[in-house]
Amino acid sequence: MDTMTTILQPDHATIPGVSTPAKSRAARRVHGLSDRAIAWLFVAPTIALLLAINIFPLIWMIRLSFTNLNLSMSYLPLRFVGLDNFRDILADEDVWFRLQTTAQFVISSVTLQVVVGFGLALLINRQFRGHSFWTTIILLPMMLSPAVVGNFWTLLLQPQIGPFNHLISLFTGVPPSSFSMTGQVSLAPWTIVLVDTWMWAPYVMLICLAGLRSIPDYIYEAAEVDRASAWRQFWSITLPMTVPFLMLAVLFRAIENFKMFDMVNLLTSGGPGSTTELVSISLKRAAFEKWRTGYSSALAIILFVTVFGAANIYVKTLNKVKQR
Amino acid sequence: MTAAATRSTAHSIVEASPRAKAFAGGLVILYAVITILPLLWIVATAFKSQSDAIAYPPKVIFEPTLEGYVNLFTVRTRQTPDFIAKLPPPETWYDKLVRKRDMVIAGPSKVVPRFVNSLIIGFGSTFLAVFLGTLAAYAFSRFRIPLADDLLFFILSTRMMPPVAVAIPIYLMYRQLNLTDTRLGMILLYTAVNVSLAVWLLKGFIDEIPREYEEAALVDGYTRLQALRKVVLPQAVTGIAATAIFCLIFSWNEYAFAVLLTSGEAQTMPPFIPFIIGEGGQDWPAVAAATTLFVVPIVMFTVLLRKHLLRGITFGAVRK
Repeated sequence: MDTMTTILQPDHATIPGVSTPAKSRAARRVHGLSDRAIAWLFVAPTIALLLAINIFPLIWMIRLSFTNLNLSMSYLPLRFVGLDNFRDILADEDVWFRLQTTAQFVISSVTLQVVVGFGLALLINRQFRGHSFWTTIILLPMMLSPAVVGNFWTLLLQPQIGPFNHLISLFTGVPPSSFSMTGQVSLAPWTIVLVDTWMWAPYVMLICLAGLRSIPDYIYEAAEVDRASAWRQFWSITLPMTVPFLMLAVLFRAIENFKMFDMVNLLTSGGPGSTTELVSISLKRAAFEKWRTGYSSALAIILFVTVFGAANIYVKTLNKVKQR
Repeated sequence: MTAAATRSTAHSIVEASPRAKAFAGGLVILYAVITILPLLWIVATAFKSQSDAIAYPPKVIFEPTLEGYVNLFTVRTRQTPDFIAKLPPPETWYDKLVRKRDMVIAGPSKVVPRFVNSLIIGFGSTFLAVFLGTLAAYAFSRFRIPLADDLLFFILSTRMMPPVAVAIPIYLMYRQLNLTDTRLGMILLYTAVNVSLAVWLLKGFIDEIPREYEEAALVDGYTRLQALRKVVLPQAVTGIAATAIFCLIFSWNEYAFAVLLTSGEAQTMPPFIPFIIGEGGQDWPAVAAATTLFVVPIVMFTVLLRKHLLRGITFGAVRK
């Protein structure tokens, strides 16, 4: 019946006054707006908001990055300085040092989180009694505000009054007030890695768990028939099949850690000295303490381009995971 | 092969031995306990007196008091013991508590306005983001939109932007528009950040509702808008609720924009909590009390969201 109508009157649907079966496109237009108008009407506000609050400022920032604007000295005439800001940044050893600090933090933090997260996922996948209760507890930290987490870890890590140092001394015998996790150059970077892992290893765990559960049973059954050892099964089935999910976790954590600001700002605020000064912290200092707006805009663009590139890979990985 | 029957465990015929299960369970429980300890310490600190909170060595057993909460909600001034003695007897338990430390309550602290800011900005931006997100997600799910993939990537990429980087131009823009340190400014900003998550999540949820329901409604003479309102939305309601909670949690927890763009009027809880100062430095019991109050809704939502957590953090692409 349906095919009949389309064969008989393929183009007549748009002729005014001709009533066609309700399922055809014309009928929808008769009652209310056309699909196309609705599609645009529905998408437009979101796009408009994002253009106003993301793209417009971004363009403004690009313009500012070519100027000498300093908000604490805004009486100075605005001068276009071309690529000077970018040249200054790339020639500044300090900036390279910050990038290096950030890279070290990203690499060590993500590595630790993947090891802990994947390990936990393998354990939880055994589905022992009460596993969902314990999983929920493990997932709590990543739902908290990084700023609040940074703040309360500051208390926990106080050398004198914090419980952390006392716990360490209980196991190692090192006097609790002899070391400071956030105040010592040798320890501060590791403290950030530690707290970040406490917070985000559950994230990696959750994604790995999804990866593990996506492996069809029959593969393991076949491996069992072939008498593959548990070790062999892990290396040739479990690991390769969770890799896309692991990639997703690694990428997302790398992006987030690269732009990390809140937790570090409260935990060490870049110190001691500048041992934990990540790019975003020094960007905040340049923009909101020294008010070097032109310079910091240029730095922001470098940061932004890096994150945008990573975001691109993230979406490709997402789509890959989605296809499975 | 009955794949459906054995789906619940990954290793159906390689079912782990009870010993292996117990071992795995033990390790996981150990990790969970380590995870929860710092939080429990904070909750406990909220019930300590100032001297117990900064005791050396740290006190595990202490006499609980509500001083931290009283200090959080009030501003107090120190008085001489003579002055205190001359005052009429305290009317309330919190007056009594404060006078023990030779102090009188001078007025309310800023915590309630900050909390109210968090609520207004959180719910306002959540409502807007979910509203705009539902419309956009429906359009992306049901209609052919030119360059749909590029648009979706654009929407997602806005969430990946480092807040510190975009804060500069937004700060300048807001200064021009008189939006700095206003609730409206923060609501708009958080809506913009949240709408990306809302679109991605809701598109996933709406994709799962069979198109046939709407087709049937359209045949019955409904318009698209009626079909959306009466057929699609009721079915997407769980998804919309989950999305709303994720948006709420984001704006509730956000710190970078809040600290850079607000200074008083529109300040939310996260930038406020670390600066609760008592006499002679940080008032840890009050800070812990604020943290506890701030974290309780998040803990509740996490329990509620268990099933959707994975979706929420991967923008709806990975499902359990």
